[in-house]
Amino acid sequence: MSAPSMKGSARKRNRIFLVVAIAIALGAFLVITAGGIGKNLVYYWNPSELHAAGDKAYGATIRLGGLVREGSIVQGQGVSTLEFDVTDLTSHVHVKAGGVPPQMFREGIGVVIEGTMTRAGHFQGNKLMVSHDNEYRAPTQGEEIDSEALIKSTKGMAAEVTP
Amino acid sequence: MTAALGRSLILLCLLVSTIGAVVGFAAGRLQSRQGARWTRWFGYLFAGLMTAANLVMIYALLVHDFSVSYVAQVGSRSVPTWVTIVSLWSSLEGSILFWGLILAFFIAAAIFWNRNDHPEYMPYATAVWLACAAFFSFLIAGPASPFVTVMNPPLDGPGPNPLLQNHFLMIAHPPFLYLGYVGMTIPFGLASAALLRGRLGHDFLRPLRFWLMLPWIFLTVAIMLGGWWAYEVLGWGGYWAWDPVENASFLPWLTATAALHSAIVMERRGILKGWTSTLVLATFLLTILGTFMTRSGVFNSVHSFTQSSIGPTILVFLAITLLWTIGLLAMRIDRLTDESAIESGASKEGMFLVNNLLFVLFTFTVLIGTLFPLIVEALKGTQMSVGRPYFDKMAVPIGAALLFLMGVGPALPWGKATAVQMRRALLPPIAGGIVLLVLGLLFGVRAPWTLITLALGGFAAWVTLQELAIPALRRRSARGESLATAFKEAQLVRGRRRLGGHLVHAGAIIVIIAIAVSSTMKVSTEAQLARGESVEIGGYVLTFTGVEMRAEPHRQATIAHVDVMRGGRKVASLAPRMNQYESMREPIGTPSVHSTLSGDLYLSAMNIDVRNQSLGLMAMINPMVGWIWIAVGIMALGGFVALLPRRRSVAALSASAEAGAAGVPSRPTIGRENVVGG
Repeated sequence: MSAPSMKGSARKRNRIFLVVAIAIALGAFLVITAGGIGKNLVYYWNPSELHAAGDKAYGATIRLGGLVREGSIVQGQGVSTLEFDVTDLTSHVHVKAGGVPPQMFREGIGVVIEGTMTRAGHFQGNKLMVSHDNEYRAPTQGEEIDSEALIKSTKGMAAEVTP
Repeated sequence: MTAALGRSLILLCLLVSTIGAVVGFAAGRLQSRQGARWTRWFGYLFAGLMTAANLVMIYALLVHDFSVSYVAQVGSRSVPTWVTIVSLWSSLEGSILFWGLILAFFIAAAIFWNRNDHPEYMPYATAVWLACAAFFSFLIAGPASPFVTVMNPPLDGPGPNPLLQNHFLMIAHPPFLYLGYVGMTIPFGLASAALLRGRLGHDFLRPLRFWLMLPWIFLTVAIMLGGWWAYEVLGWGGYWAWDPVENASFLPWLTATAALHSAIVMERRGILKGWTSTLVLATFLLTILGTFMTRSGVFNSVHSFTQSSIGPTILVFLAITLLWTIGLLAMRIDRLTDESAIESGASKEGMFLVNNLLFVLFTFTVLIGTLFPLIVEALKGTQMSVGRPYFDKMAVPIGAALLFLMGVGPALPWGKATAVQMRRALLPPIAGGIVLLVLGLLFGVRAPWTLITLALGGFAAWVTLQELAIPALRRRSARGESLATAFKEAQLVRGRRRLGGHLVHAGAIIVIIAIAVSSTMKVSTEAQLARGESVEIGGYVLTFTGVEMRAEPHRQATIAHVDVMRGGRKVASLAPRMNQYESMREPIGTPSVHSTLSGDLYLSAMNIDVRNQSLGLMAMINPMVGWIWIAVGIMALGGFVALLPRRRSVAALSASAEAGAAGVPSRPTIGRENVVGG
């Protein structure tokens, strides 16, 4: 298609451009992604897994899934405080969250709270989600809860973290 | 009966597409005219049969024939007719059937459009399309069959997922997404054909570009509609969360955008042929990967309907297409020889190259962040996700760099820019950057990246406006025509693709600025209000005036009424609500939005207590969000403008195509008038 005389040098030049560009891009890219992913993981845990994680839980971003324990809800005035326990029926975690609770929030309902474990011993939540999913059914008495399905049911919901 | 009819039609689809694919490959290999004609008819026949199968399903839905499994699954006598029709794509099996319909349309259209052209490529391309059609026919016939006969049909069904009947945008988002996703099959077939032939001539660029641009427009709109829907329905006040299913739609968009740009360089300079083909093939692979992610249940969200069994089947198809792509590229890519070289980095083509690298980088960033949790779960069994900050941290600088390129690329000449040209091209637009920067500072923007985005956006906007205006102005001064005539002649008639490209850029600049501003400048507050109480946000006073219960055909609504006052005047009355659907245990909140050009007031009811007349309210001010929807509209418009054939150049193009086919060296002239895109 083109003049044969320029073919060799043309190709060589294109290749050099390509190789240099790709090398620079790849290098920068690897450095940034490696740092970026490690620092921004969100763990999906139930209370037992949270306890098992030990020190790793402090400061990490966690989506804690479980049921609101019967008789544990303490609601302060207005939007100031909301405290309750989240349980997976084997162990539980005390949660403090600000903000207005969602419509269906009540004892025994499946919830997912995004936040982190504090050294003071409670879980500080900054986003509270009630399971919306048709697929997920809260367990009846004596049944084991499927916290994995529960957490999955809120993936993609309310992803915004209020500051 | 209806189910059996549907099943038969799908089996015929499978048969016809399989035979068609075999005949097509043979016809391509033998370069047989007769074989090519047969292949075309197999394509039309497949399209007809698939359309018929979809009509059968729509009929079954409309008459509530619950003996058809899919109707029993999503149909309901109590929902409005529009919801019944929308049910076609509201659940897994139906959505795959609908996929088949769109594929049928695309295949028939692409065959018809090119029926007299490109005889050396078309049988191969058609064969690849029909091979994909065969796969989806198989999926509909077996693993995801919507046409299973129900032995004891129920009297009524549950209706589709309530989240999908909550808003009109849900009617529009899925079809656009399918048009974008499925449409990428066509360029995949064309690029495969070029690689199979070991030749990608100048004449074959036109169909490749056209059939890449068309689904790109749909995909662009679909992504926007998805974000808009999330914003209007989900109630958390945002439009994008880097959710795996959102990423699934964004990934092929990135590679397709890169390919549209490299295709321009290919057209002008005869280089990057293998690279462009790779991008086109990758785009298709990413749509299949996206389908796997959204349809297999590995990620749970509103998009993945249920834990389904089609995951492994799609994974096998993904593996086959991946092997096909790698094999094809490995064997044939060096046959697509370059016809010239890049003379200097300081040129349009240099900027195009950087643009391509950025888009590919962006693709990998999103891909890694999306797949990482899956890999960890597979290896270690622990569940996690990659948080939003990762994506934001990566996307913000890449977005800013792309803005910069949108300013520099179109301003530089092809070939090699001299120092004088560089100064002339790049110094004046800095004024545009300064204007937006100062405006931002005046409006209280302090976030560094938002300021950088504004400055670069102003720079790019200056260049874009200049490129939009110069051809018309130059023609007016040269010929003394009126501005309107000059614009029509210079832009609409002669430089339509250029005009389209710059319109897309104008839209993209606005989108990026609006995203930067809306995500850094928003204000939000939460309050628990009793009837008559008020809360203030950003100059608005919101007063809760009471709760209303309303029975609607397929749902029970609890509506909170909120008066919005500004400066003592009532500007709006908003009504965030909770909808309780019969088929769901929990109600779904729907926010209420007061949109203005400067920003939205966004109210979401966290809880509504009818007995005590109290409301848990989340209020937000989201600046500039409305501009995103408008600007994507501009991008789509620009895309369509670029697609329309140029009256004057059609003859010239086909002439050069013939010259190319006859082996006469042809290189498009590098004249200002002809410069395409940007």
